[in-house]
Amino acid sequence: MSSYHLDHLQYLETESIHVLREVAAEFERPAILFSGGKDSICILRLAEKAFRPSDIPMIFLNVETGHEFPELIDFRDRRAEELNAKLVVRTVDEALEKGIATATPGQISRNALQIPVLLGAIDEFQFDCCIGGARRDEEKARAKERFFSFRDAFGQWDPKNQRPEIWSLYNARLNPGENMRVFPLSNWTETDVWEYIKKENLEVPNIYFSHERECFRRGDQWLPVPPVHEESGKADPYEGARPSEEEESRTMICRVRTIADMISTGMIESPAESIDDIITEVAAARVTERGSRADDKASEAAMEDRKKAGYF
Amino acid sequence: MSKTQHPVELLRFNTCGSVDDGKSTLIGRLLFDSKSIMEDQMEALERSADITGGGQVNLANLTDGLRAEREQGITIDVAYRFVATPKRKFIVADTPGHVEYTRNMVTGASTANLSIVLVDARNGVIEQTRRHSYISASLGIPHIIFAVNKMDLVDWSEERFREIRDGIESFLPKLDLFKDVKFVPISALEGDNVVTFSDKTPWYEGPTLLGHLESVHIASDWNLNGFRFPVQWVNRPNNPTDKTLHDFRGFSGQIAGGIVKVDQEILVLPSGQKSKVKEIWTHDGSLEEAFCPQSVTVVLEDNLDVSRGDTLVGFDPLPGHSSDLAARVCWMNPRPLTSGNKYYLKHGTQTVQAMISSLESKIDIRTFEPEPNPVELVMNDIGEVRLRTSKPLVFDGYTTNRLTGSFVLVEQGTNATVAAGMLHSPAQQYKPEYTDFSI
Repeated sequence: MSSYHLDHLQYLETESIHVLREVAAEFERPAILFSGGKDSICILRLAEKAFRPSDIPMIFLNVETGHEFPELIDFRDRRAEELNAKLVVRTVDEALEKGIATATPGQISRNALQIPVLLGAIDEFQFDCCIGGARRDEEKARAKERFFSFRDAFGQWDPKNQRPEIWSLYNARLNPGENMRVFPLSNWTETDVWEYIKKENLEVPNIYFSHERECFRRGDQWLPVPPVHEESGKADPYEGARPSEEEESRTMICRVRTIADMISTGMIESPAESIDDIITEVAAARVTERGSRADDKASEAAMEDRKKAGYF
Repeated sequence: MSKTQHPVELLRFNTCGSVDDGKSTLIGRLLFDSKSIMEDQMEALERSADITGGGQVNLANLTDGLRAEREQGITIDVAYRFVATPKRKFIVADTPGHVEYTRNMVTGASTANLSIVLVDARNGVIEQTRRHSYISASLGIPHIIFAVNKMDLVDWSEERFREIRDGIESFLPKLDLFKDVKFVPISALEGDNVVTFSDKTPWYEGPTLLGHLESVHIASDWNLNGFRFPVQWVNRPNNPTDKTLHDFRGFSGQIAGGIVKVDQEILVLPSGQKSKVKEIWTHDGSLEEAFCPQSVTVVLEDNLDVSRGDTLVGFDPLPGHSSDLAARVCWMNPRPLTSGNKYYLKHGTQTVQAMISSLESKIDIRTFEPEPNPVELVMNDIGEVRLRTSKPLVFDGYTTNRLTGSFVLVEQGTNATVAAGMLHSPAQQYKPEYTDFSI
């Protein structure tokens, strides 16, 4: 092999840096969707590589369902501060109060309610581009995404009529009110993400590593038992998301493979204590990452339908 | 950069061919036989098989990820899939076969190093085989495999396979040159010669499809001649992370061709100013040299006026520099291309206005002969055009450099991407005004 050669991680890295710089150059008010999860952690490192020694020229945005793992929130806030970035958080609770979002009766998960909150934030801050950590290997509707994914004035994705995306010449042109979603990790796999985290020595929230936790069985998932509801007089935010009498509960040695919120994240039994352990575990896994996501199990087109409505 | 813990090469390929030639089935087979399908995906396949497939698992449903695709049993848009074997990692673009989705085929093929064109052994060479071969060649994809599929339906006939191969070989000389061409007899449905050798083709001595994908030489596919650096973003920190860098002024971008070294003399085009490379800055430390396609930040010796859209170039060879351009375009919009139309043209990191000054010819896909002076190019036509741009482009011929020789046209108003363009080699190179250079 010649010395002028990039291995696969270096190739993926330079492609992603190129995409991030195109965003900085072509858009006026771009935002990075930063949840504190492993994919967005990689995005932040890539942004450092793209823009240092300058500040990352983008606001960080996170949409909270109100059911977050506290470890993730702590990590998110700390990381944003370390990077000297401006972090904007918008919540489903606020949106419900303001009437931007309306809950579906009987629906416990707030996954779909993130859509109006995200669209509200885009409108509030006039973001013309939102960078997300979605990858094409995650899910088959995502496998169809462009790097630069055009959304109309209603935030909708039209999968049957996407802009051709040829070479690395990204068409970033928008009319007023329209919006772009950009996915720098489009060509990365779950294994690539962990190998990059290892190579770059990146810190990840500790819930990715094996720990002891009370879980209960619902459907084919082990869901975390939500924190105890202490504020008497107020409605329990986890109503319906607690184990019933019939549902089996037990203490597990487990970790998360992918993180949504506490209601939608299946825990996996795992002894993985290090990044190396995780890489080995992912390599041997016989189910996909999103196999542990309750939000994707709704139907075969669950992701496509949410994306059409404005999901990222 | 060359020494790392994971010296795994990445090969990007696409599958094309007509509808029902079995593209998605082939990728499904590759995923399945290389154990890249997970249990939950298999369960989902089985669920959908029970609903729509009469109990038969349909491997194509692995890549046809949209509701409309599963309903119609066709591929509308590119799906990207990822396969890893101990030898290589693959990014697979499953591209549509229908002629009306050619734009999506071009999307998937434009970033590929290798194209697999599927041919149905029963139907032989048809128009889509020719179209996709032509597009693959025009896009400068270096490697091509013709996978003659459904061989089980022609009783694994060697004669039929040779007939199809001869048919393709007779038109290949009319196309732009591939680095290598392979023909493989397969059954994607049954898996013969895809991952494992088939006992039904004793007369076939070549590699399996995957065997070829794992071994084809791709290390020299990037252009390492002629330094080209389109400036993407000017890096001038107001509040540098390192306080000693308060005067830092670098030019960030991805190297689009060649190699750059510290102390090397460069030209800034189109202004024509010359300077020297002072530093090749990266977040991981400065480099002595960098090469295509690395992303770096270049600091120059002199304080020059450089902004996005400018190109830093080396001297050997110099690029072309012109606002009068000849190009082959692949038209992708329902509204036709006619002479006199105006578009935005994105080339490298700059967007300019462009007018079609003339339509020179349209390629007849059945004969590969150019029809001179067509009135228009309609959707999915390929033709030769001349354009005038509002500012000169700094460019190379597409056959020399895929990054500096390509552009897209964007319709004004709708902002739709309407054409992929491949520039012809410049009639003359940029001539520096300075004489004190030793070139």
